[in-house]
Amino acid sequence: MSKTMERPSSQAAEAAHKEIIDSCQRIYYDVRLEAIAAWKKEDPAARKAVAYLPVYAPREIFVGSGVRPVATFGGGDQVNVIRGDSFYQSYICHLPRSVVELGLSSWKDTLEGLVAPAICDVIRNVSGVWKVLFPDKLTYFLDLPQNFQSKCGGKFYLSQLQELAEHLSKMSGRKPDADAYREAIVSYNRNRRAVRALAKMRVENPHWVPAWEYYLLVRAGDQMDADTHTDLIEKYIDLAGELNRPEQDNARIMVVGGFCEQPPLNLIRTIERSGCYLVDDDFTLGYRFLEQDADENIDPFQSLVDVYLKHSTYSSVKYEGDTPKSKRLVETALAKRADGVLLMSPSFCDPSLLDRPHFQKALEDAGIPYSTLQYAENLGQFAPIREQTGTFAEAIKLWGEG
Amino acid sequence: MAEKIAQDGANSSVQKDQSMEIQKRMLAAHAEKLWKAKEEGKKVVYTFVPGNLTELILASGALPVYPEINALQSGMRNLSADYIQEAERIGHSEDVCTYVKCDVGMMLKGNVGPTGVKLPEPDLLLLSYTGCFVFMKWFENLKQHYNCPCVMLHVPYQADGVVTDAMKQYVVDQIRDDVIPALEKVTGKKIDMDELRRRMQLSRQAEDDLVWTLQSAKRKPSPIDAYFVGVYYIGPLFSAFRGTEDAVEYYRALRAEVEDRIKSNLGPMTPEGVLAKERYRLVVEGPPNWTSFRDFWKIFYDEGAVVVASSYTKVGGLYDRGFRHDPEHPLESLAEYCMGCYTNLNIPSRIDLLEHYIREYNADGFIVNSIKSCNSFSAGQLLMMRELEQRTGVPGGFIESDLVDPRYYSQANIKNRLESYFQMLAQRRAAGSAVLHGVS
Ligand code: SF4
Ligand code: SF4
Repeated sequence: MSKTMERPSSQAAEAAHKEIIDSCQRIYYDVRLEAIAAWKKEDPAARKAVAYLPVYAPREIFVGSGVRPVATFGGGDQVNVIRGDSFYQSYICHLPRSVVELGLSSWKDTLEGLVAPAICDVIRNVSGVWKVLFPDKLTYFLDLPQNFQSKCGGKFYLSQLQELAEHLSKMSGRKPDADAYREAIVSYNRNRRAVRALAKMRVENPHWVPAWEYYLLVRAGDQMDADTHTDLIEKYIDLAGELNRPEQDNARIMVVGGFCEQPPLNLIRTIERSGCYLVDDDFTLGYRFLEQDADENIDPFQSLVDVYLKHSTYSSVKYEGDTPKSKRLVETALAKRADGVLLMSPSFCDPSLLDRPHFQKALEDAGIPYSTLQYAENLGQFAPIREQTGTFAEAIKLWGEG
Repeated sequence: MAEKIAQDGANSSVQKDQSMEIQKRMLAAHAEKLWKAKEEGKKVVYTFVPGNLTELILASGALPVYPEINALQSGMRNLSADYIQEAERIGHSEDVCTYVKCDVGMMLKGNVGPTGVKLPEPDLLLLSYTGCFVFMKWFENLKQHYNCPCVMLHVPYQADGVVTDAMKQYVVDQIRDDVIPALEKVTGKKIDMDELRRRMQLSRQAEDDLVWTLQSAKRKPSPIDAYFVGVYYIGPLFSAFRGTEDAVEYYRALRAEVEDRIKSNLGPMTPEGVLAKERYRLVVEGPPNWTSFRDFWKIFYDEGAVVVASSYTKVGGLYDRGFRHDPEHPLESLAEYCMGCYTNLNIPSRIDLLEHYIREYNADGFIVNSIKSCNSFSAGQLLMMRELEQRTGVPGGFIESDLVDPRYYSQANIKNRLESYFQMLAQRRAAGSAVLHGVS
């Protein structure tokens, strides 16, 4: 049922929009990093690329050190994992398999290194596996602090960032220069503002920003430099209201738990088509991990430390301190006017699944409907999930009307 | 069919009883203290085994409780299945660490510990976060149930196989600025640093004797099994007794017992008596299964397989690689201890360590027991196995089980695999001696 007046979109807007989404889709499907390989080929001596695993890594340090950060979320459903499976038992999530598979094939010639942020035991051990497989490449385990006091966790994190910068600068041959890091902060602040604006738009007008388009747009940042990515998002935002996208009678759903291994794109579309507007999700949480700008006027390293300690979002991979995550979850759901929450975890994912019981309890206490489901990045059967989320959306609408 | 090779050794069984008796007495006394804790106004601190700060907890006058140990004991006493089910009922997934679920289930069912005595609720959760991310999630879950403070000790990972000054300083800062004040707040008194030093001195003595005991397995035949019996040996030092006179006494007695075994040229004890003939010397990576511990062990001793070194007996500290608690530098030493536990080592260091064990302990083979619900241990083990085979030429065997979820333990499957593995070792040995005797 359409709630808003239909008005035709201009052909120009449609075409520009299509162009944006097509370009994002090309990047999304380029899990073998062919575009990065081509970019490097133009100036092999000067161009270096280092990938980082979910959830968050300070890309400013890469860029300021003269290295292109490449976000990787594994191989999705596009990689036929053969060798990767011989590295991991069946009861370990799927992401490290496709990372190893890609590492042993196309990535090894394209990437100079891998940064593994401290989020779970699997990623931690991937960093060791990488070291064994690629002893001549950089493997950096970024031990993000779980202590959020400046003089303690802050001091340690600063030493981590400096160490990472040293490795990267050595790789690129660029002399560390505070201005370069500061410029990178300016670019990424702008980028995060754009992503936040896009996220806000979908809260306000979810019919303008379908979840899969939001997802593709954000994921385009995996391989792009910050400014190009920001321009793309801003262009999309400008266009979004001009398209003829009537509002549907969908349930407003918030999705939580998929911050690392990603669901296949078609799963996101399936959920949406089953009658849900995704008003928030944490699939690409790293792009919004910092909820405020990093200070552009102080020492850049200290600035990144401060913003991480004081203004990073709550997440299953961060110690909650005195504010339970479940409380933050409920607050977020209310702020985004979510009718329900989908607790959606990759199979065998400890950080996500171990938060589930207290998330459920908090949602129950707050009277917010929820449903749980598990997926793997290479999931191929969507019908049961369509059935589940469709029923969930219907039930929410019924309860809502009652 | 497995050869029956265990025999009774009257002399050694008396000795076994002696060391076990001491341990039993220690456990009973600790259980009683916990039981009376609230009545006597003692504060209770829940914490984890790897990277534990037991000396500090004891010096503060509080009593430690280790949820992992409750879970493993629940597994051994066939209680874990129900607890796990209870945790799954409130939304825990089938796919996550079963220690967490066992503990949560036990708590939901009234927090009656494995010995049948109700455990006191914690006054403080000391989240010493060494070698496993699940610890953080575990206590975040407990925080929801217990209305008590939680203090986090984030222990950096040895990602490059080294402890840097920044890492050490970070841990020291947290112990000094967070952990000690939290303990003092809960107990209402200042920690006496001399008492801490005294306890660390006691730790050293016990650590020396544990190392001596574990290294006795370099002998042929080995007087001990460093896995199935080793888990009993590490108990006091990895838990509530490090830094106590009791632990010193226990390890002194244990050492004397093993010295006697060596003099008598006796092999390790098994539940069916002394192992008469050592046929295979093995190194084991990964924790054991607790729900069928005896049956699991039997597969080994029935074949004359002795575990001469294991990584699991290093989860609470790598003392055999030289670390000792240092009373002269208490906080720095606690920090180093936390960072040095086995699961806080990266995969290359774990491979190096196992290689060292295979060579130093003259192992014929190594077994990886991959625990379904423990990513900290399991993610990366297949690569470790391949590397170890390549480096040492010693064949590896791979089995899968779980710590405390009986659904993931299949005796028939594991027995089949291990028997084939032992056959392969026997064939290799026969082929090797045939080559040696020029008849290949
Ligand atoms: S999906 Fe979960 S368990 Fe797997 S690597 Fe990511 S955070 Fe770790
Ligand atoms: S995941 Fe493994 S190391 Fe971590 S708490 Fe569970 S059993 Fe222990």
